[in-house]
Amino acid sequence: MTEKHIDVLIVGGGPAGLAAALQLWKRGARDLLIVEREKQLGGILRQCIHDGFGLSHFGESLSGPEYAARFIDDVERLGIPYVTNTTVLSITKDRTVTTASPAGLTVCHAKAVILAMGCRERTRGALAIPGERPAGVFTAGTAQAYINLYDRMPAREAVILGSGDIGMIMARRLTLEGAHVKAVYEIMPYAAGLPRNVEQCLRDYEIPLYLSHTVTKVHGRSRVTGVTVAAVDERLQPIPGTEEFVPCDTLILSVGLIPENELSLDAGVTLDPHTRGALVDEHLMTDVDGIFAAGNVLHVHDLVDYVSKEAVRLADSAADYLAQGGLPACPLSVQCGESVGHTVPQRISGSRGVLLSLRVTRPIDSCRIVVSQNGRRIFSRKVRHAVPAEMIRFDLPARSLAPSGDLTVSAIWEGAQDAPEEARV
Amino acid sequence: MDHKDLQLYDVLIIGGGVVGSACARELSRYRLRIAVLEKNLDVCFETSGRNTGVCHGGFAYDPGSLKARLCVEGNRMMGQLSEELGFAFRRCGKVLVGNTEEEYARLLEVLAQGETNGATGLRMVDEAELHALVPSVVGKFALFSENSGILDPFMFTVSLAENAAQNGAEYFFDNEVTGIRREPDGTWVVQTLHALFRARWVINAAGLGCGKISDMLGITGYKIIGSKDDYILLDRRMGPLVPMPIYTVPSNTYMGIHVSCTVHGNVLLGPTAEATDDLTYYGVAQHNLDYLYAESMKIWPYVKRGDYIRTYCGILPKWIDENGKIGDFRIEIRDDIAPRAVNLVGIESPGLTASVAIARYVIAMMQEREPFAENDAFDPVRPRRPRFADLSPEEQARLIAEDPDWGEVVCRCEKITRAEILSAIRNPLGCATMTSVKYRTRSMMGRCQGGYCQMRVAKMLEEERGIAPEELVYMRRDGHPFFGRVRGEDPEGGTR
Repeated sequence: MTEKHIDVLIVGGGPAGLAAALQLWKRGARDLLIVEREKQLGGILRQCIHDGFGLSHFGESLSGPEYAARFIDDVERLGIPYVTNTTVLSITKDRTVTTASPAGLTVCHAKAVILAMGCRERTRGALAIPGERPAGVFTAGTAQAYINLYDRMPAREAVILGSGDIGMIMARRLTLEGAHVKAVYEIMPYAAGLPRNVEQCLRDYEIPLYLSHTVTKVHGRSRVTGVTVAAVDERLQPIPGTEEFVPCDTLILSVGLIPENELSLDAGVTLDPHTRGALVDEHLMTDVDGIFAAGNVLHVHDLVDYVSKEAVRLADSAADYLAQGGLPACPLSVQCGESVGHTVPQRISGSRGVLLSLRVTRPIDSCRIVVSQNGRRIFSRKVRHAVPAEMIRFDLPARSLAPSGDLTVSAIWEGAQDAPEEARV
Repeated sequence: MDHKDLQLYDVLIIGGGVVGSACARELSRYRLRIAVLEKNLDVCFETSGRNTGVCHGGFAYDPGSLKARLCVEGNRMMGQLSEELGFAFRRCGKVLVGNTEEEYARLLEVLAQGETNGATGLRMVDEAELHALVPSVVGKFALFSENSGILDPFMFTVSLAENAAQNGAEYFFDNEVTGIRREPDGTWVVQTLHALFRARWVINAAGLGCGKISDMLGITGYKIIGSKDDYILLDRRMGPLVPMPIYTVPSNTYMGIHVSCTVHGNVLLGPTAEATDDLTYYGVAQHNLDYLYAESMKIWPYVKRGDYIRTYCGILPKWIDENGKIGDFRIEIRDDIAPRAVNLVGIESPGLTASVAIARYVIAMMQEREPFAENDAFDPVRPRRPRFADLSPEEQARLIAEDPDWGEVVCRCEKITRAEILSAIRNPLGCATMTSVKYRTRSMMGRCQGGYCQMRVAKMLEEERGIAPEELVYMRRDGHPFFGRVRGEDPEGGTR
């Protein structure tokens, strides 16, 4: 067992961990280490061979591995220390991190820990879909790993439940590899993933998307033989009489992502029930001193570009934390108001401008994001078409903020007459 | 082929569940040639692996019944069995909670009945003591059974089978019995889907198939119905809130809804006990899930849908006796109709607890007819396989130094290492399904349900066992996860 002291330990070598490491290096940190459990750096990007990554960050469309390579190449070139095939077993409140690898067990005492573990997929078990448990039920990410990393074909006749981005991307991927994707069923009355994926992954391949539908039963003793689908009412309950048997050999699930926070909980980090990620302040520090979080472990992002940007902001805070031995307090809380599912960060200082990220809970045409403090509207911004699939990010300027009083962020439908609202800001 | 050319076994056990495997293990104490015929691809793929995993106290059965007697005996043996075989078992106790006067009266009856049955460590506790035992429970009083416990039903069965195999018993999987005949020389010839077997003794330990096998033995007329139990498994995060199983007030034929804990720290809600004629349908029903949620909340108001990680169901074979009631365990040798055949019918709950006691009872019946010579080489101890997650950092470091595979964590949720997966793949029974690895290691059983590790496990199985991608099996024959490689085989003959 090896024991060592280190300035910064980064848990996870995916997009968040890589971007954080590079920025920390840029800020002069040298005693840092990226810990990656896979055999290579890159995280989930390694299996995302489709393009569309990097439009915002690099101004060009890259595949997942290409996007990751931009960061990995820099990490290699700069000689930023990293270990692969190494799993973090535990993190304590005093930032003692135990890792296991074929080389042995290591106990690291870190001045700062960066949580960049990403997220996992919701499973059939979590949804408790009734019926039998045959082979042939996969989460979309698992099916993606099988096809893109393991050269295994998991489906011939597939039904996809959930219109999350990975599900739609897998609809296209399976089609390209000769499988027949019969349909995508989405329980909500709108697509869960990005509009561009509805266009490019479903419409372009004539794969039908049924909104307000769900799978109510899985059939098959050995391998999936079909699923029962049904329309749902406004309370998302299946409507009796609408059930239909759809023969298929595979059910792919794209029904949500959950930040992977088991290690964070070990460390005593408090989670936000809305994001299921850590509660963080504007420095992206959790409520455990010296433990920071960014990327999908903090809240599930729509685009990897924003993960990278968030990790850069985190790294700046962590560098300040190391230099100053602490960070300014953040006494003001940011609450979710009408039609807002979550906001990040959840606590701010009130003394400087801050980037807020949020998601709306329902699609709102002609939407206005409103921030109020002490019952007074201090900021608003129009969003032409707000959908839950797309993260909304905006800078809340320092001048808008009062030094005390909690904030509430709401998403309001403006209808046709939004001009008076504009005037008030 | 003439049956005389067949290898003659002393004992052929039909069924590789917990009872069949307990019989195999206990019989391997004697100098006998033993074979176990199992229709599935591994042990405990049916009732033995699909239950609550509770080691019962023996109080909820009719006095004088085999269920009562063998449950109490089985419960007493469990500590030693766990020591010898290395499966997880915890004598954590159990509470049966009630609120009404009628329930109090019934629990007193159960207590008295338990004492008659020979169960010990039973007492009534008031609300204060109940909450000291289980702070999260809702109830005014309870019957506390300190000798009840929980065990790992998969590894209990696997370890019995492996210990039997280690002592010479042979397992034949994928061998569903299709016919049995008695030869003029008194030996039994058993036809399976793939082979013929011949033996001097046959044991019907077929569980759900007990009625069918009984008919084949010529002992006809047993009526078996299924009692289908749906379950919901909750995240380990909730485990600390359930230090022992929480049961409602039972009848002598139904344990009632319970909120239980597993040896690995998960919380379990179940079972629903629905009568069914279909003994092969393992499908969970929505109305049962709703019912489990509602009923569990009454005694343990902490059920959150966000904590669900899996649902499953099991089926208990219930023998319906001459009076139309659920019968006792029926364990018989019909010398008149089927000599040297032990017929076990209606082995349902508490069969897991009672399994080894049942096996010893069976052997005693056999020995009344034919004394067996002791096997001096019998070793009751199954070689230990450490679990990385349970070890101290020092022990973990030592194992990694010995073998680097201990340092590669394959399943992140349950912290299962490559060394453990490999050991499971190389199991002594030769089972090679994904589920075989799952039951032996807990990989794919955690909160991500294999989202991270299943590809690695599949790849390791293929490589270690030389299985072609399209031949890999998830659990049941023909249950293949893959249709082959993504773009088929390389025409040059190599793999791409």
